[in-house]
Amino acid sequence: MSERIIDKTAAELADDIRDGKLTSVEVTQAFLDRIAEVDDTVGAFLTLDAEGALKAAAEVDTALGAGERLSPLAGVPIAVKDLFVTKGLRTTASSKILEDWIPPYDGTIVSRLRQAGLPILGKTNLDEFAMGSSTEYSAFGATKNPWDTDRIPGGSGGGSAAAVSARMAPIALGTDTGGSIRQPGAVTGTFGGKPTYGSNSRYGVVAFSSSLDTPGPVSRNALDGALLNEIISGHDERDSTSIPQDVRPVAEGARTGATGDLDGVTLGVVKEFADGSAQGAEAGVLEAYQAGVEQLIKLGATVKEISVPHFRYALPTYYLIAPSEASSNLARYDSVRYGLRAGDDGKHSLEQVMSLTREAGFGPEVKRRIMLGTYALSAGYIDQFYGQAQKVRTLIKRDFDAAFEQVDALISPTTPFVAFPFGSRTADPYQMYLSDLYTIPSNLYGGPAVSVPTGLSEGMPVGLQVMGPVMRDEVCYRIAAALETTQSPLLADTVPEIEE
Amino acid sequence: MSTISRDEVAHLARLARLEVTESELDSFADQLDVILDSMKSLSEVDTDGVEPTSQSVPLINVFREDQPHTSLERDDVLAGAPDTAEDRFRVPQILSEEE
Repeated sequence: MSERIIDKTAAELADDIRDGKLTSVEVTQAFLDRIAEVDDTVGAFLTLDAEGALKAAAEVDTALGAGERLSPLAGVPIAVKDLFVTKGLRTTASSKILEDWIPPYDGTIVSRLRQAGLPILGKTNLDEFAMGSSTEYSAFGATKNPWDTDRIPGGSGGGSAAAVSARMAPIALGTDTGGSIRQPGAVTGTFGGKPTYGSNSRYGVVAFSSSLDTPGPVSRNALDGALLNEIISGHDERDSTSIPQDVRPVAEGARTGATGDLDGVTLGVVKEFADGSAQGAEAGVLEAYQAGVEQLIKLGATVKEISVPHFRYALPTYYLIAPSEASSNLARYDSVRYGLRAGDDGKHSLEQVMSLTREAGFGPEVKRRIMLGTYALSAGYIDQFYGQAQKVRTLIKRDFDAAFEQVDALISPTTPFVAFPFGSRTADPYQMYLSDLYTIPSNLYGGPAVSVPTGLSEGMPVGLQVMGPVMRDEVCYRIAAALETTQSPLLADTVPEIEE
Repeated sequence: MSTISRDEVAHLARLARLEVTESELDSFADQLDVILDSMKSLSEVDTDGVEPTSQSVPLINVFREDQPHTSLERDDVLAGAPDTAEDRFRVPQILSEEE
């Protein structure tokens, strides 16, 4: 049986389109057909744009026919997390407060996708305003994990990860504030890449936590993620936190890694991460991770133990900084300029309308974080909580700077546990927050980190995380691609049976 | 002893412009208490002389050429508003009857 279009990787599809073996319209239609086939069960997409995607695909086909030289992923369709602002295409952030918002502009990364000729299939589900670790906090219903539809697909980018895992898109966009690309990647058997903070523009990304939010790729393998990241990366003068440096050569890193040679690479295992039992990591996850470490050693890597003494403070530091920034960012939803308005019946003042609107528009996790952030920033507590968290962030950053003087990259499990059943952690927010235990540190120090599938536990995917020094993203891609060479077939090439 | 009281949660809700029901006050007080309790460990870290990190990358002020350029069309911007009047955002009254 010939290989289905939807089973090809993004790089393979791009080659086929460039070589004239497939048209972009054929490829885009194949993924739209797959969405029609399985998304009623998975629920990865909030909004589809079949017409826009097919129009963009036809334009690529015309340009290629005219001999134009296009981007390395021209014609390959993509799913976009519904946190990215898309002109003329509904953008909700999975919140009732933005339920019917049609943006009047494209964000920088979306503009770059359009310029590079990637048809946008639609917008994917997420935890409301990217606050969550399971996509259960979407105002429009949860996305299901294609590997087991009784389980969560991770969060906040569960929609993008599930779309790639279920073959509804070859690649997708995500954002990572505390692990929201890597954690869903790990639990759905996909590759997730968080670039160096500031290397990908946040202009036109609905803000959650401005010093942590990082857009990045979701894909089947490291090379596809690298190709996408090179398209969307680069300095943006409209984002004051954008780093004015060249795009990192991550595709070259992935291709180097694909040779399976890690001679001369030194990897650090974080001593405090490895003490998984103390952090509630499941035995099956640790076994799959350890098997991955042994494979990396066989490829020539040297592994040594590294101490990051302030690791245990990363979670509380994050959960003070992120909600503080969120409470400030979400003040813009004030019922005046866009989005929902409630209580405007002539009986309530503007202030009352604002409060009624925010009550009606925000879900429980968003309210919880707004309250937490308001508390941490309020007079009398700001030094004790927010100020102290910022100082501890300095110490965590110093720990990682010191670690990267000894090793090329650090490795860990991506998550402490495999995808859990729906509803099993919603009653206890702190238990939910533990999902991002291993991913949060790289957001705090700002460096790149990727999650690559490394095995199964209880029949569910497990991810191995590679963390690198700031602006050395290519190192992570090299190691991830090398680990992929030890899998035959690639774990991400397994198409999960989707049960209704 | 609780880190945060029910009254403090009600005060926070007012500050954050959130109407909160009585049952939400109870659940938020319980949940915030657990979360804040877990954060107490930060107070044990010696941070004397440590500078705070607000951004992981150094920020520099960014200037552009002082040249006019196009912005969003007014009609496009107003199209997303919940209510408009005479090419402006329309809001409910600001002052109450007593004021």
